[in-house]
Amino acid sequence: MSQAVLENEAAPAARMDLLRFATAGSVDDGKSTLIGRLLYDTKTIFADQLEAVEAASASRGDEYTNLALLTDGLRAEREQGITIDVAYRYFATPRRKFIIADTPGHIQYTRNMVTGASTADLALILVDARKGLVEQSRRHAFLTSLLRVPHLVLCINKMDLVDWDKAVYDRIADEFTSFAAKLEIGDLTIIPVSALNGDNIASRSENSPWYDGPSLLHHLEHVHIASDRNLVDVRFPVQYVIRPQSTTVTDYRGYAGQVASGVLKPGDEVLVLPSGMTSTIAGIDTADGPVDEAFPPMSVTVRLNDEIDISRGDLICRPHNAPAVAQDIEAMVCWMDETAPLRVGGKYAIKHTTRTARTVIRGLQYRLDVNTLHRDEQAGELQLNEIGRVRLRTTVPLLADEYRRNRTTGGFILIDESTNRTVGAGMIIEAQ
Amino acid sequence: MSQTKPYRVSHLDALEAESIFVMREVMAEFERPVLLFSGGKDSIVMLRLAEKAFAPARIPFPVMHIDTGHNFPEVLEYRDSRVATLGLNLVVASVQEAIDSGHVRELPDGTRNRIQTPVLLAAVEKYRFDALFGGARRDEEKARAKERMFSFRDEFGQWDPKNQRPELWGLYNGRHHPGESIRVFPLSNWTELDIWHYIAKEQVPLPSIYYAHDREVVERGGMFYAVNEFIRLKDGETSEVRRVRYRTVGDASQTAAVLSEADTVDKVIDEVAATRITERGATRGDDKVSEAAMEDRKREGYF
Repeated sequence: MSQAVLENEAAPAARMDLLRFATAGSVDDGKSTLIGRLLYDTKTIFADQLEAVEAASASRGDEYTNLALLTDGLRAEREQGITIDVAYRYFATPRRKFIIADTPGHIQYTRNMVTGASTADLALILVDARKGLVEQSRRHAFLTSLLRVPHLVLCINKMDLVDWDKAVYDRIADEFTSFAAKLEIGDLTIIPVSALNGDNIASRSENSPWYDGPSLLHHLEHVHIASDRNLVDVRFPVQYVIRPQSTTVTDYRGYAGQVASGVLKPGDEVLVLPSGMTSTIAGIDTADGPVDEAFPPMSVTVRLNDEIDISRGDLICRPHNAPAVAQDIEAMVCWMDETAPLRVGGKYAIKHTTRTARTVIRGLQYRLDVNTLHRDEQAGELQLNEIGRVRLRTTVPLLADEYRRNRTTGGFILIDESTNRTVGAGMIIEAQ
Repeated sequence: MSQTKPYRVSHLDALEAESIFVMREVMAEFERPVLLFSGGKDSIVMLRLAEKAFAPARIPFPVMHIDTGHNFPEVLEYRDSRVATLGLNLVVASVQEAIDSGHVRELPDGTRNRIQTPVLLAAVEKYRFDALFGGARRDEEKARAKERMFSFRDEFGQWDPKNQRPELWGLYNGRHHPGESIRVFPLSNWTELDIWHYIAKEQVPLPSIYYAHDREVVERGGMFYAVNEFIRLKDGETSEVRRVRYRTVGDASQTAAVLSEADTVDKVIDEVAATRITERGATRGDDKVSEAAMEDRKREGYF
């Protein structure tokens, strides 16, 4: 890629779109270096940041400027040389703005990977060319498929340390491809890189003449994400009812929310859940005026032609395409609490779209070993970072879809009602 | 929302939609939200988003200014006119009053960034605010890069980076016990350049000091400070009139200007896109103290 394309000039803002991606890798795979390299090559790193990193590198006795120090934010991390939490980074090219959810790779941090992947359009997994796939690479690939991240990129890093040997690349790529075939991964791209030297990061490297794919940045800029959105199933969870108490605006009643999926238009016949009432859309408002259609991820205000009792937590959809109105839920749950495990019989608050209810764990069908995908049906609980298939019963119906069909109406969190901590994340398999 | 082709969403539209979603979540789930308004460009953008989130209704919560007493007059004027136009309820928590009453003590160097924190916390307690909108962005600083959109604070307003709630999908957990609160950062995913693009797109008025103007300044450690009642010339220093603008607006005794010819939004955007120094690095004496300065302040209850 030419320097001109990389110039971080004031791009015509209206033409840029947004891509969110999550990165994962083992501690030594060079993930921080890779991100540092992306930021550096897109001129996102500022002179004072580079100066600070150079000073820190020098004081640690590093032989080269340690780009990893750019991304390790907290004092404890710099001192221990680890990453303790999800960090968000930003960079832009004239085509796209990128949000990176940078998640640590240690074994105990499945929680963070799941968190970062939940909103990601793309997941980027790193392996060290010398070591090949390790347990963690498989775990990250599995979590990517569990969270339904539409695109996956495997970067085989440190290719310079194996003399850019095509055979090494082929062996790792083959092994990963056959593992990924067992998972539901929509789109897989494998790129040989050296994050340290910048090979195949912002531009194609001369060191890998046998590789005819894109550089990492080129792929990130061009991967097609517009079709990843669900534009078929209309789902509009009502967040808030806008009723101005004003003398100038009278009789206004609008249902504010963010379109989860589908396309809404004025005149459309709609079904309101859980009441089951029907009406038609009178108008779709934004502060900039009414719009002809609303689609994800727009935040809008919908007005209906009939006076129906609608409040937060209700959902607007189409009469012949509705989610389940369900109190019995089957879901894959990732447990996120270190203080107490998930147990059958446990009661929690559940937050699903804009609706909050209470729930009891009715059963744990199995615990999944995320490394071997083995199912342990004897398991009695889920500890921190463990994942299992769980049956729940809720106090009020959820308006739910399968997670594989809809990441917004298919996902939920569990909250401990005494500590208020977020203790679990769930992906709905079946709702009735 | 601009649509050049069907179902297309620009990055600015996506960021706006996310911020509006977050603000509506807070309004729906909290009893006493407040928006922290400094008169800086980020809080001004946040106020615009609040306007858009609840239209055609008025913004349904008050705004609070933690007033260090070290203000730029242009910013105070802007604050008062904006509040009047939008019909908002303004709460001012004054650092000067807190010093006068003995609640906090002036620091030896006269800077007031750090002593804002106890004043903020006292106001939260007095008005029993349970959610505080702040304009912080994750691209500003390393510690902020690790903070959640909904940042839980204990009864002392403290942030514990090792004990943050995971945030998945658009599901924000704002539950808290009485006395605890949540700091909410709707601009978390915006960058400095996004803010300026949005200001241009929305034609948001800003205090005049954000645009290039002639000002009497003194150069200290490569930064240009306005000479005024808060910053006086030391022995051996000389002032000069330079063409400058402010990239951030904070405590007037701590905030430096940058040399600039950018007197319109478009020129500022060109300049921001070309700049090689972060805005806090260029303009904030307070963040240069140590590598972990912001992390330490946040742990004490800072924004």
